[in-house]
Amino acid sequence: MKYSALALLRGALSSHRNWPPAWRSPEPKAAYDAVIVGGGGHGLATAYYLARNHGIRNVAVIERGWLGGGNTGRNTTVVRSNYLYPESARLYDFSLRLYEGLSRELNFNIMLSQRSHLMLAHSRHDLESLSRWVNTMAMHGIDAELVSREQVGVLVPPLDLSPDARFPVLGAMRQRRGGTARHDAVAWGYARAADALGVDIIQNCEVTGFVTGEGGRVTAVDTTRGRIRAERVGIAAAGHSSVLAKLAGFRLPVTSYALQAMVTEPLKPTLDVVVIAPGTGAYVSQSDKGEMVIGASLDLFPSYAQRGSFGVLQNVVAATLAMFPSFSRLRLLRHWAGIVDVVHDSSPIIGPTPVPGLYINCGWGTGGFKAIPVGGWTLAHALATGRSHELAEAFQLERFITGRLIDEAAATGIAH
Amino acid sequence: MMQLPCPWCGVRDETEFVCGGTTHLARPGLEASDAEWGHYLFFRDNPKGVHLERWRHSFGCGAWFNLARHTVTHEVLAVYGMTEAPPCSGAA
Repeated sequence: MKYSALALLRGALSSHRNWPPAWRSPEPKAAYDAVIVGGGGHGLATAYYLARNHGIRNVAVIERGWLGGGNTGRNTTVVRSNYLYPESARLYDFSLRLYEGLSRELNFNIMLSQRSHLMLAHSRHDLESLSRWVNTMAMHGIDAELVSREQVGVLVPPLDLSPDARFPVLGAMRQRRGGTARHDAVAWGYARAADALGVDIIQNCEVTGFVTGEGGRVTAVDTTRGRIRAERVGIAAAGHSSVLAKLAGFRLPVTSYALQAMVTEPLKPTLDVVVIAPGTGAYVSQSDKGEMVIGASLDLFPSYAQRGSFGVLQNVVAATLAMFPSFSRLRLLRHWAGIVDVVHDSSPIIGPTPVPGLYINCGWGTGGFKAIPVGGWTLAHALATGRSHELAEAFQLERFITGRLIDEAAATGIAH
Repeated sequence: MMQLPCPWCGVRDETEFVCGGTTHLARPGLEASDAEWGHYLFFRDNPKGVHLERWRHSFGCGAWFNLARHTVTHEVLAVYGMTEAPPCSGAA
């Protein structure tokens, strides 16, 4: 059914008891044209764009847990496209442009709020590198501007701007089109739209192996709900990419780390931009519910634990209070971690693997949420055509052999 | 907070240590191909299970040492010297 104001009114008249489920929960079929492993944002977007852009509708998304229960439900919901190198700028800005039209496209309100993203400068050197960054973005046709310390004060009243702050603020880089989107809605919106186009979304179904045939080509996946044949298979499993790659018999240049985030108790509207302080590694925004959403840096040791350590938690809370002393009486309500797939140049891998017919979308590391639309778009292209999408050509696995890395460590805003 | 056993100083908080990543990586010879060199530099097992890794007690005695640690439970299964053979195999 189409969601609209009229549908909402009709729902209200029946006390909202008659809304149909937004997607089916079908039994897996014996065979599909394409199987996508991973039912997070990237996997669901891949299924949607396979059906919408390429007309391939006999598709299954296989999810080990529940839909959007991994990193899609564990991030800080920030969207932006302030990356430095031309390849990344194109990629992430394409993603942001897709986000800008997504609510209408999916007929699902993803609550995109382009409230501005501010990256603070703590020193003259920070200011100089930010001005280079702004100029580079301008050359790529992406909006960005430098703002002065005084303007930062107007935009972020609770921020400590005193000159004797531990990390004094000298200015910031602002991307007005940056902001937040509702993370669950992105997963649910893609799931609902993909389902409507015929995609089977199969939850609680773990992939236990890949079956290969002639020439080593993948022909099926073994799952906890039986063998499912597939002409081609895509992996979009973020922190668990290496586990799946091992099942398929190859390795990735990926290390899995826990990335923490947390929310405070809700308070009245206080902060209407996203603020990141590279010096401290903390990034803060206020959710529509009023909670302060605080992101942390990585726990810098390999982990699949989906929980963070108190050392990093303590650091990020201290960093947040250094920026916003008035938050000192807020209580933390929830705290969690997601397992992120970090590669050495902090740029993604989207394309073929050493196994013919098997494609992968991974390596987004600490910044996968903002890239969900383009990750799905480009993986769908690779699955449908067997060739890399023009936007993804630079982001192939082979760059770790040729040495043509695209080092976006600074743009991640998170210490690696 | 995870506590790690430094071979010299005993059990200390994780915040005193720095993880140096996977241990026992053998550097290939000068005749290595680009693929071998790329794999040596970048490609890792990244196991969901026992990981053999090196740590430094940076805010303590400064010593490097090896750990066998489980990446899901964070349980430390073995501590051993930098030049010693692993007491167990890594992997899931």
